[in-house]
Amino acid sequence: MGYNPDKPMEGRLTDLGPPHYEQFMPPVIRENKGKWLWHEIVQPGVLMHKSETGDEVYTIRVGSARLVTCMFIREVCDIADAHCDGHLRFTTRNNIEFMVDSKDKVQPLLDDLASRGNKFPVGGTGAGVTNIVHTQGWIHCHTPATDASGPVKAVMDDLFDYFTSMTLPAQVRIALACCLNMCGAVHASDIAILGIHRKPPMIDHQRITGVCELPLAIASCPLGAVKPAKAEVDGKEIKTVKVTVERCMFCGNCYTMCPAMPLADPEGDGIAILVGGKVSNSRSAPKFSKLVIPFLPNTTPRWPETVEAIRKILVAYEKDAKKYERVGEWAERIGWERFFEKCDIPFTEKSIDDYRLAYDTWRTTTQFKFTSHIK
Amino acid sequence: MAKHETPLLDQLESGPWPSFVSDLKAQAETKPEVWDILGQLELSYKDRITHWKHGGIVGVFGYGGGIVGRYSDVPEQFPGVEHFHTIRVAQPSSKYYSTENLRKLMDLWEKHGSAVTNFHGSTGDIILLGTRTENLEPFFWDLTHDMGQDLGGSGSNLRTPACCLGQSRCEWACYDTQETCHSLTLHYQDEIHRPAFPYKFKFKFSGCANDCVASIARSDISVIGTWKDDIRIDQAAVKEYVAGNYPPNGGSHSGKDWGAFDIQAEVIDLCPTECMWMEGDELKINDAECTRCMHCINVMPRALRPGAEQGASILVGAKAPILDGAQLSTLIVPFMPISKDNDYEELIEFIEGVWDWWMEVGKNRERVGETMQRIGLPTFIKVMGIEPIPQMIKMPRENPYVFWQEEEVEGGFDRDVDEFRKRHAA
Repeated sequence: MGYNPDKPMEGRLTDLGPPHYEQFMPPVIRENKGKWLWHEIVQPGVLMHKSETGDEVYTIRVGSARLVTCMFIREVCDIADAHCDGHLRFTTRNNIEFMVDSKDKVQPLLDDLASRGNKFPVGGTGAGVTNIVHTQGWIHCHTPATDASGPVKAVMDDLFDYFTSMTLPAQVRIALACCLNMCGAVHASDIAILGIHRKPPMIDHQRITGVCELPLAIASCPLGAVKPAKAEVDGKEIKTVKVTVERCMFCGNCYTMCPAMPLADPEGDGIAILVGGKVSNSRSAPKFSKLVIPFLPNTTPRWPETVEAIRKILVAYEKDAKKYERVGEWAERIGWERFFEKCDIPFTEKSIDDYRLAYDTWRTTTQFKFTSHIK
Repeated sequence: MAKHETPLLDQLESGPWPSFVSDLKAQAETKPEVWDILGQLELSYKDRITHWKHGGIVGVFGYGGGIVGRYSDVPEQFPGVEHFHTIRVAQPSSKYYSTENLRKLMDLWEKHGSAVTNFHGSTGDIILLGTRTENLEPFFWDLTHDMGQDLGGSGSNLRTPACCLGQSRCEWACYDTQETCHSLTLHYQDEIHRPAFPYKFKFKFSGCANDCVASIARSDISVIGTWKDDIRIDQAAVKEYVAGNYPPNGGSHSGKDWGAFDIQAEVIDLCPTECMWMEGDELKINDAECTRCMHCINVMPRALRPGAEQGASILVGAKAPILDGAQLSTLIVPFMPISKDNDYEELIEFIEGVWDWWMEVGKNRERVGETMQRIGLPTFIKVMGIEPIPQMIKMPRENPYVFWQEEEVEGGFDRDVDEFRKRHAA
């Protein structure tokens, strides 16, 4: 039995949807759903939730690379079989959570995890750095301006002590998106690592006729930089497009719509750093991350410039922010001019918005600080 | 397939964080095409650019989404990744698994694909990374028949909905995010599998305003739990916090000495609406002024709980910056009861109202938040039949350019310029 290519529609099953979640929940979770009273992080990476029934569940949170193999998932299953009656879950931020129903099962699980080299780091809770959410990068994507898994590995290696401890003023959410499409939705992160292009698209006149709907390619440009044009290919005039380079903001939307307009480039591509976003409504409203470093090169394999830039921001924040203050709340309290100074980041015109709604970000008050920027 | 030299990637095997390179190498021992994944990635590290071709439309019969086509631009060097299509498998609510289920899925993926995965994709699906076109139908057959599982969304359709872990292990969830997410995902299978929208559309379900699935930042319809009545206070537990017997913020700051807990500085003074105060050793809250931001509850989880009359706020239109800039969702319905008892009738009616309007007026590749911006929030709520309320805005408009309708103005718009001139010489 199996798929029969001669009768592809026979016996076909469709629209089943995901399996019901309840069958996968550990018994202590299933029995106490909706009855939880409070929780406590008993040590970095270990949470205890208390139910009104008196039950407790201990959760051990473990960082993962997200890009993982079948072999790795089977090892995760081995651990869950040995300690958690065959149940586990993943978090939104690519952490693995192993749950046990009593305190005495915690240490054996921690010991087991620690015995497996660096595969299962325990942490990612409370006022620290949890796992980086990220996109595909060069392992699978066709439009990236940087890799994803590589820079994430390099940054997390450097920030590892912040993953396994809780010494920061608040949680710090780091995210990476490998191009401006932002599949990773990094735009509301404490620190966002964003792949950017800096060279306008090339036009592949040889290929454009076969692969592009020209009106769609033209309409795809938010600044009207893509215009209809003619070119000669093999002695014949063809309809194509041209790009007004001064208008290009390197978003790459034209390439998404038209494969004959590639823009990726080893020298042109790299990373921008944005900071100060948050998703939670706690205290202050959710906010977007702001661009503070316009470009860092793709220095493979460990992106040292990016790693150093993020550490500098994090250390300045750790030293200066108040308890509970997120990176963006801190920057707003001290003022962005002070943020640049404290983080030792050169301020450039590239941090001044000149796109839509730019005016919302310009300062229209006499209130400012005399930082080193004023000569 | 030959093993490739990977001097650059090898440098990502050291360090304390788990190494995807070590993992891929270990898998390559039993699955040789993984060497070609490593080989092509090494080439990208050398060239500092991707080696995947643009797009490629592949899929299974009857579905317009769930599989993303991908082809190598150097297939002669790396034949094992000539085709490297991604399969999105819809995840169960809150990403709980049994090992039995995961092991079966891994067997299936090793049989039909590369044995490389993402747990999980940004939207929430299980991502199976890399297979050939001819494997898609056999994989789909086995996925549906042997596992009873299904593909998620891709393209201009409803993307696989996602939720926080909700009431399953969180005391703050104000509605059952798991069941809501699961029910609506089943209800909208057609919209997930057969693209009929102007562009992608996302639902995300968060149980409270902490918003652990980032619903307000990245979903077209954000359903975020809240409550209507008063924060439940356990005054005895408040005293324990004040006495330093309970760790603030659930112990999240225990790695550093922040000094003794100070309820005034850490809770009352950080309340955005200044609606809390101490009377003797009792904490008082003027709940009518509370905007339910969660800060005080986060800091004192054993003393404070969300109110008991629970539901959700519905916000619309979040998206990442491409193209006109990032948008957060806009508050449209302040409070909606979310209950399986009436099959989420109110929420479904709301969702379909948004879709009806967006499918009619939305442009190609325009997210609903952009359509709302282009056409205007007043028009959007009018079409939705929702009364305007100040909760929808941060502040009233700062310009006087109102689009007055003719029927709103006494005497209408038709006037006689000759009559006007009889009284007003030019």
